[in-house]
Amino acid sequence: MEKRATFSNKFLPYLLVAPQLAITLVFFYWPASQAVKESFFIQDAFGTTSNFVGLENYRTLFADPYYFHSMGVTAVFAIAVTFASLSIALLLAVQADRGIRGKMAYQTLLVWPYAVAPAVAGVIWIFLFQPSLGYFAHLVRALGVDWNPLLDGNQAMTLVVIAAVWKQISYNFLFFLAGLQAIPKSLIEAAAIDGARPTRRFWTIVFPLLSPTTFFLVVVNIVYVFFDTLGLIDAVTGGGPAKATETLVYKVFQDGKLGGDLGGSNAQSVILMIIVIVLTSIQFRYVERKVTY
Amino acid sequence: MVENRPFGNILAHLVLIVGVLVIVFPVYMAFVASTWDPATIANGKLGLLPGPYLVENYSRILFEGTGRTTRAHVDTMLFNSFVSAMIIATGKIAISLISSYAIVYFRFPFRMVAFWLIFLTLMFPVEVRIYPTYKIVADLGLLDTYTGLSVPLIASATATLLFRQFFMTVPDELLEAAKIDAAGPLRFFKDVLLPLSRTNIAALFVILFIYGWNQYLWPLLITTRDDMQTVVIGIKKIVAVQDALTEWQLAMATAILAMLPPVLVVVVMQKLFVKGLVETEK
Repeated sequence: MEKRATFSNKFLPYLLVAPQLAITLVFFYWPASQAVKESFFIQDAFGTTSNFVGLENYRTLFADPYYFHSMGVTAVFAIAVTFASLSIALLLAVQADRGIRGKMAYQTLLVWPYAVAPAVAGVIWIFLFQPSLGYFAHLVRALGVDWNPLLDGNQAMTLVVIAAVWKQISYNFLFFLAGLQAIPKSLIEAAAIDGARPTRRFWTIVFPLLSPTTFFLVVVNIVYVFFDTLGLIDAVTGGGPAKATETLVYKVFQDGKLGGDLGGSNAQSVILMIIVIVLTSIQFRYVERKVTY
Repeated sequence: MVENRPFGNILAHLVLIVGVLVIVFPVYMAFVASTWDPATIANGKLGLLPGPYLVENYSRILFEGTGRTTRAHVDTMLFNSFVSAMIIATGKIAISLISSYAIVYFRFPFRMVAFWLIFLTLMFPVEVRIYPTYKIVADLGLLDTYTGLSVPLIASATATLLFRQFFMTVPDELLEAAKIDAAGPLRFFKDVLLPLSRTNIAALFVILFIYGWNQYLWPLLITTRDDMQTVVIGIKKIVAVQDALTEWQLAMATAILAMLPPVLVVVVMQKLFVKGLVETEK
């Protein structure tokens, strides 16, 4: 797509793109290239010299059982959060789309968690599940569970999943609602005349027609779990106990902290970049085509 | 509705009410906790109703600091969050507006190179280049400054794409008419494009303000002084001291204050928020 009419000016356009380009070059491309470069070097303990080591950092990384552990953690986390928040959001959106009264009120009451920072949401959920005084912790104890997310890795994971899902429902709800509203009512009516009951109409018409939205949301939710939950994990568990909630991004953050293992941290960054590039490309391919069924 | 199903509607209300309760309850409990004294909370005696310590707790975190954990007052943190969120939101909008204007309305060598350079920043979120970016900011002497807190986050592929898409829908006739009237590029931008972009700018502002306010990793890395902290990272430090010593009533009061501004923005400007969210993600 191009404009038919344009301005011709020798300097102005460069001046206009300059601020944006300056920031991207200084704070995006230069650091990203440094991450790639330094992933081939190892610094000594004082950070004074660094030696070229080729793929050594990557080799160490792929020989590190913790790295695979962290991949597993990220995968479990991503699948749990995506599945739970999409199902709950879809259930709520379908009810809100029934043309009932007070739709706007429900929408308002459901969407605001989008504005809550992940770390803040995390702190509230730790409080509710704090083993000795938390409200929900008492309930869980009453059910006979020995609840202590500070010691039990699975329980810590459950806690971060709950907090992440709680925050993400609002986003998914809005997109599902928009997707549902875009489905022509005549299709539903035609199916109803043919005698299809609501449940059947949902699974044979509404759900397939929603598939582009669902697919888009799956990608967005995976990106959310990968990158935006760092604050949540840092606030809730600090990656613990015993690395049970250490996601890939959190590991980059931890390993390079205080100038620790910078080479290793950068090698992980490079791998993450490849993951983002793949995810973003998938997301944009979807935008190009819009319809996938 | 296709058919009238009173029972189905009641069920829908029921499901939605349960959903709303699940969403609201945790924050309500945080609010309740922020109005009680430490003893009640520590003994697990916290009921469902607010207590009498609201004014005391909130004025303590706002004006006296959070005691043994940090010296910074929450009012300073709120101010820092506000300033950096405002700079991030306006900065992103300003530089994206002018760069997409250049890309859509001018023909110049390297135009597509510039576009792709901006577009590809989508592939490099802060989280994948944490330490090298930190190093640059440190080398530039921007640690513990508002510039350091906000400017590195200002580049925006999504905002540029959004404005580019919008400018493409502006009829060519407007530019032709402006040219006949002898309006230069700056004049056309100011008098035609900017007024047309108002709603888009407002919708984007809502989303970007929330984005800026809720930053976590970046302020955590580049602030070392207590008085430069934002509220989102400040809250973690209140909880992070030895768990048993956490003053939960203060932590929860801080959490409520930390979420209040962005939540208010979403609730008050809901239409713009929904528009901004749906359009930036397209």
